[in-house]
Amino acid sequence: MNFLQTILILAAAFLAVFGEAAFPLLRHWLGAQVDLLPGLMVYTALNADIVTVSLLAVLGGMWFDALSANPPGVSILPLFAIGFVIYLQRELILRELPFAQFILGAAASAVAPALCVLLLLTGGQEPLLGWGSLWQWLVMTAGGAVATPLLFEFFHWCQHALGYQPRTETSFRPDREIRRGRL
Amino acid sequence: MLKKKHYLALGVVVLAALLIFSLPPRATSRLKLAVSSLFLPLFGLLNTAQQLPVTAADTVMPRSALLREIGELQRENQQLNIQMRQAAAMAQENDQLHALLGWQRQMPWKLKLANVVMRDPANWWRTVQIDLGSRDGLRENLPVLTPDGLIGRVISVGLTRSQVVLLGDPYCRVSALVENPAHDIGLITASGPLDMSLVELTYLSGNAVLKPGQNVVTSGEGGIYPRGIPIGQIVDSQTVEFGLYTEARVKLSADLGALEQVWVLLNPQLN
Repeated sequence: MNFLQTILILAAAFLAVFGEAAFPLLRHWLGAQVDLLPGLMVYTALNADIVTVSLLAVLGGMWFDALSANPPGVSILPLFAIGFVIYLQRELILRELPFAQFILGAAASAVAPALCVLLLLTGGQEPLLGWGSLWQWLVMTAGGAVATPLLFEFFHWCQHALGYQPRTETSFRPDREIRRGRL
Repeated sequence: MLKKKHYLALGVVVLAALLIFSLPPRATSRLKLAVSSLFLPLFGLLNTAQQLPVTAADTVMPRSALLREIGELQRENQQLNIQMRQAAAMAQENDQLHALLGWQRQMPWKLKLANVVMRDPANWWRTVQIDLGSRDGLRENLPVLTPDGLIGRVISVGLTRSQVVLLGDPYCRVSALVENPAHDIGLITASGPLDMSLVELTYLSGNAVLKPGQNVVTSGEGGIYPRGIPIGQIVDSQTVEFGLYTEARVKLSADLGALEQVWVLLNPQLN
């Protein structure tokens, strides 16, 4: 499942970036576009290996920056920082609880754009910022929080549909079978 | 807690990011175009999917409606022909007057229609991508407009697609002229991130008299936009920096939130 899982995660990141660029409906309604990559990184950090985390950070960040006016590579480090921290702490996180997924999604979706803007400002860029950015930040955080448990559900469904199912253990053991005589 | 594999991953990713950061601008734009071209099949698919309902509607349109539409178009064509003859006569007269006064003859604008294929996924930029590129004659810094007014300029050009920075983005500054008696000139700069219909007009003279509703057009200065393209109307104004200069809010004529088709001005004749 590992290879398939990596492919699925990267395909989902590719489609997520495309969807964010091609369907600006949320931007019309709420004034901000929700970024799905931080939520996807939360799932990856909790369920995949460090190579997949790195691949998602590099490729996801590059795809996002290629379609935006960001300098290329600026989204890589925020995504990787989120994934790396969660990956190191993942034994302590109740990853199956939707509430934990929601909180982690919110935190990741809040941290990723903040780090990205910080990197842009450090690099001498002038992103479009103002009081309205706070609203956009809230929308991104809330959107990412809601999307993360849904992403978990989606990948669990994919895992069930495409992966090998574990062999079910039965309580029957031939060596413990009681063979009865005639009477 | 950190294993060797983790250190390795950390090092590789940080190194990759630093390497990409340190690329020269030309290589950076090529890399961006190369990576974004991966999305071309998806955009093509989306375009086809969007045209399917239109095609389906075309096939079921009744003949009577088509005939009625043809009739209307013929009448409209006749009217336009008459107007065109009048305009040609006026242009000829205008040319003669210009020649008499020794003015430079104004070339007609050469416009190219483009479809907006995507918007910037990041909330801190205001750009769109259009489906025309260098093979269609586009180059950087060409003005982009709609029938309502100016919307921005081309900032990067690929073979088949280009990126357009819209008014209100920090990287789209336009020298603008207010159509008031004093013809005050200012600079259109970035606005707030939420309201796409308003931009700031700054560096107007401290004693500029502005009234709501006055038209704002491009001034022709700055070397990118020709003079006279409508930008919007003044909403309100205030003096800033202890009366040193005046700032105004301008409501854009073009609706930046609903861009589907735009015109690229291929031969901007500058003052």
